[in-house]
Amino acid sequence: MSATAREPLFSAKNKKLLSDPLNDNNPVTIQVLGICSALAVTVQMKGALVMSLAVIIVTMLGNVVISSMRNVIPPRIRIIVQLVVVAALVIIVDQVLKAFVYDVWKQIGVFVGLIITNCIIMGRLEAFALSNKPWPSALDGIGNGLGYGIILMITAFFKELFGSGKLFGIQIIPDSFYEFGYENIGLMLLPPSSLVIVAIIIWVQKARNPKLIEAH
Amino acid sequence: MHYFEIFYRAAFIDNMIFTFFFGMCSYLAVSKTVKTAVGLGAAVIFVLGVTIPVNYLLNAYVLKEGALAWLGTEFETIDLGFLSFIMFIAVIASIVQLVEMLVEKFSPALYGALGIFLPLIAVNCAILGGALFMQQKDFSNVGEATSYGIGAGFGWFIAIVLIAAIRERIKYSHVPGPVRGVGMAFILTGLMGLAFLGFLGF
Repeated sequence: MSATAREPLFSAKNKKLLSDPLNDNNPVTIQVLGICSALAVTVQMKGALVMSLAVIIVTMLGNVVISSMRNVIPPRIRIIVQLVVVAALVIIVDQVLKAFVYDVWKQIGVFVGLIITNCIIMGRLEAFALSNKPWPSALDGIGNGLGYGIILMITAFFKELFGSGKLFGIQIIPDSFYEFGYENIGLMLLPPSSLVIVAIIIWVQKARNPKLIEAH
Repeated sequence: MHYFEIFYRAAFIDNMIFTFFFGMCSYLAVSKTVKTAVGLGAAVIFVLGVTIPVNYLLNAYVLKEGALAWLGTEFETIDLGFLSFIMFIAVIASIVQLVEMLVEKFSPALYGALGIFLPLIAVNCAILGGALFMQQKDFSNVGEATSYGIGAGFGWFIAIVLIAAIRERIKYSHVPGPVRGVGMAFILTGLMGLAFLGFLGF
């Protein structure tokens, strides 16, 4: 097959771009990128969902934009160019969220702005978009955004369920439990609990796949 | 005294790492030895101490609603707040670049020590996060903003040095395979975060 021949949109290679970050190459638990927001916006699932969507959109669009400009960006100033592109995208996302889901926007507040410095995005731009065509870059962006989103949702699930007995703001743990003396774990609403939950996710993931275990 | 209060609050109660997880990426990546941790921590204090006042002035005289009033009455209603992300990050990236050039020129020894960390700092969430919190807190003058910046940097410095010290020690312990490295760093940070909640009065 010549280099110019079109490969199918969802070839095996492209599917791998999409699925790898969900599992063995997860941006949060394995590459340890983008932790700040992953830990901070997980008190409620709603906030976590909105944040994940925002990150997926920004990684995808950022990857596409940088990838289509990759031949004209001078290497010396590429960081600034990337920052400006990402910042512009984040401003758009921020304004959209402010307009349509104001209460969630208020809750996750500054963390939307911090998507700009989310290492996942910069990392993917540097490592992938600068050397690949727009379509694979888009898939790579979606894949990594999803990998990030999954960790966010799992963490938020446990935090909201045990911290306030709710999921997406709807009460899950029935009143009869509380009458028996069940209580919400206040610790789950505090910042340190997300670290421990993510650590447990890492533990499970690496225990299932021993080749990911780090040497000292 | 008032300035010290802001400093103390930023460094301990609202600690960048333990309460907001700002700058976790470099915190986890560069905390393997105390020496490098001190280098990066010092660089963060310095950069926050410089960029927060600059961003404060930018916010107070250009971006905030009504901030352009000094140009004339017809500018009083303009609110450029939506531009703050891009302006802050531009200021941060250029100051970091500038600092890097100055340090390289005037103190090659310090540059050797900080060199690799400085470019990393431009994309450290702690710096942009500090600027965004500064905007939210609405300080009344540059002095307050500066003490906030230095305080936040100091809190970050303490956090990374502490975790580096613990990680240096834990190398000799028998940690279960799957949590070795990053996993353990997470759990340790969580435990330290619990301790730091003490400053809040829990």
